[in-house]
Amino acid sequence: MTEGTILTPADLAGNGVYGDDPDVRGKFGVFGGRYVPEALIPALDEVAAEYEKAKNDLAFIREFDHLLRTYAGRPTTLTEVPRFAEQAGGARIILKREDLTHTGAHKINNVLGQALLTRRLGKTRVIAETGAGQHGVATATAAALLGLECVIYMGAVDCERQALNVARMKLLGATVVPVANGSQTLKDAINEAFRDWVANVDHTHYLFGTIAGPHPFPEIVRDFARVIGVEARRQMLELTGRLPDAVAAAVGGGSNAIGIFHAFIGDQNVQLHGYEAGGRGAGSGEHALTLTQGSVGVLHGARTYVLQDDEGQTIESHSISAGLDYPGVGPEHAWLKDTGRATYHGVTDAEAMEAFALLARTEGIIPAIESSHALAGALKLGRELGPEAIILVNLSGRGDKDMGTAMKYFNL
Amino acid sequence: MTTLQTVFAKAKADDRAALIGYLPAGFPTVEGAVAAASAMVEAGCDVIEIGLPYSDPLMDGPTIQAAVHRALTNGTRIADVMRTVEGVAATGAATLVMTYWNPIDRYGAERFARDLASAGGTGTITPDLTPEESGVWREASAAAGIDTVFLVAPSSTEERIKAVVDCCTGFVYAASLMGVTGARDQVGSAARGLVERTRPHTGLPVCVGLGVGTGDQAAEVAGYADGVIVGSAFIRRLLDASDEAAGLASVRELAAELAEGVRRR
Repeated sequence: MTEGTILTPADLAGNGVYGDDPDVRGKFGVFGGRYVPEALIPALDEVAAEYEKAKNDLAFIREFDHLLRTYAGRPTTLTEVPRFAEQAGGARIILKREDLTHTGAHKINNVLGQALLTRRLGKTRVIAETGAGQHGVATATAAALLGLECVIYMGAVDCERQALNVARMKLLGATVVPVANGSQTLKDAINEAFRDWVANVDHTHYLFGTIAGPHPFPEIVRDFARVIGVEARRQMLELTGRLPDAVAAAVGGGSNAIGIFHAFIGDQNVQLHGYEAGGRGAGSGEHALTLTQGSVGVLHGARTYVLQDDEGQTIESHSISAGLDYPGVGPEHAWLKDTGRATYHGVTDAEAMEAFALLARTEGIIPAIESSHALAGALKLGRELGPEAIILVNLSGRGDKDMGTAMKYFNL
Repeated sequence: MTTLQTVFAKAKADDRAALIGYLPAGFPTVEGAVAAASAMVEAGCDVIEIGLPYSDPLMDGPTIQAAVHRALTNGTRIADVMRTVEGVAATGAATLVMTYWNPIDRYGAERFARDLASAGGTGTITPDLTPEESGVWREASAAAGIDTVFLVAPSSTEERIKAVVDCCTGFVYAASLMGVTGARDQVGSAARGLVERTRPHTGLPVCVGLGVGTGDQAAEVAGYADGVIVGSAFIRRLLDASDEAAGLASVRELAAELAEGVRRR
């Protein structure tokens, strides 16, 4: 590889670090797979086959790497936050600054990779779902960059809550379609995007935004997000001379978490902790505690943990953070949970907002509310692990988009 | 219980296609669905598919979504679906359940198959269950003596068609177009080709659904398929009706038109 590159082919392909790349049916253990209409199977096969070629093609990896460096602003730095960490029993807390990427969140990594893949597939149109609008904005950005037509499906309720992001997407040339059926939020936007895809699959790629959905999306999105952990692992060794004791990340669909976890999965002494949105509390019924309170089922084409009732109907989730407000989760997290390699916890709206404000006041960094769940988790973790511990936190995005919520919450 | 085998043998003897109508359980009410399906049978439907209302129907267009949403809002449960099957099967029509996979998975495959058989159901159509994931369900269905219908699509390769039909009993469901459910002005032009590509791989009847809603379209499809499947057009009639009696009269009228169509091949 030329000097200054971030990724090697092994980095992109996951390097088989734990021998658990999905099998031929796209399964991580019993999780994942494909539960979709037969009409979509050829398209999923096509995407999987092209991705297999792409990830072993040096020219593709170089182009992706080039965009990550010259467009997304990678590598992102690590920042140690000692004043924030005073609340964590003296443990050292180090942030991976995905908030500093172009568009302000880790989502850009995946969309650049998939936009390049779209071009390789010979398709001219991308569609995507979005909850808070971050994946929609990132997709619209990549589509503008590569000259692709772009349609974003967004729940009608979310369109209203995130009017600024709707305007950003429109400015970037995307068409935003408000989805007015079901609960009018992220899960319904995903349903609607699948409906579009099945009708337009000959010229359209579904640029999936998280590591959920049918195979091969969980694998592809993970591999493109994996750069977060690949960089961070190297940077931690440079900065602290050793690997962290724990890695903490927020989990909604799970892409930022898998992005930072994956490079550490082979490091058995590094604990992996995922923090789900506890909303108004585990007993309130208003949360997005898919891994910690849900049960195994099928949602959006994959077997995974799901918030569902006793007859398999999806239960609507709640979180103050739109990016974590999802009743499913990526199948690889389900697998990491059941194998015990990663541990998942809940963080309430109140705990997340407290960490949000604390990081702003003590370090001058306004985090996304999503990332604030990981920050709150790190505070608890630090007190458990003691003052010798080093905790790496994925600061997955910046909080500018959350100022409306913050103004209301804190009466600013 | 009338079996699919009986239905298709009879249709073949009459030199016509079978007529298959769809309605979700609980729409407009549990009793209303039984009444509407019974009217459809009286007017000429040979087979009724009872939809199991599901919160995330990603293969369905706006009409079925609207009906399913109403059924769920009414609190329709799987026990209601079984009750509906029982009521419809009593009319003498072969009665299937069309459902996404997760409700069966959650209910328990063996239990679902057993309860459906006891209710007089003759099988299921599972649009999001692929051959690769269908083993558990096929085993449970075989044990309970019910049929398993899966879908082929215009995008299906020969290899996929073969894999799908090998999992089917009863009949093969050929999706006429690339898209979601819902009546269209024209039947997908890919439908005939798909049926022709499917035939060499199976001796089972091949039925066409998606986008069929008029007697003329039924006649066109009956020209090359063994069965014509109509869903959204029936629901549209119920949604547009001013009251229950008008709705029943309207679905009866459509079923009669379609029944005439499948005899015009």
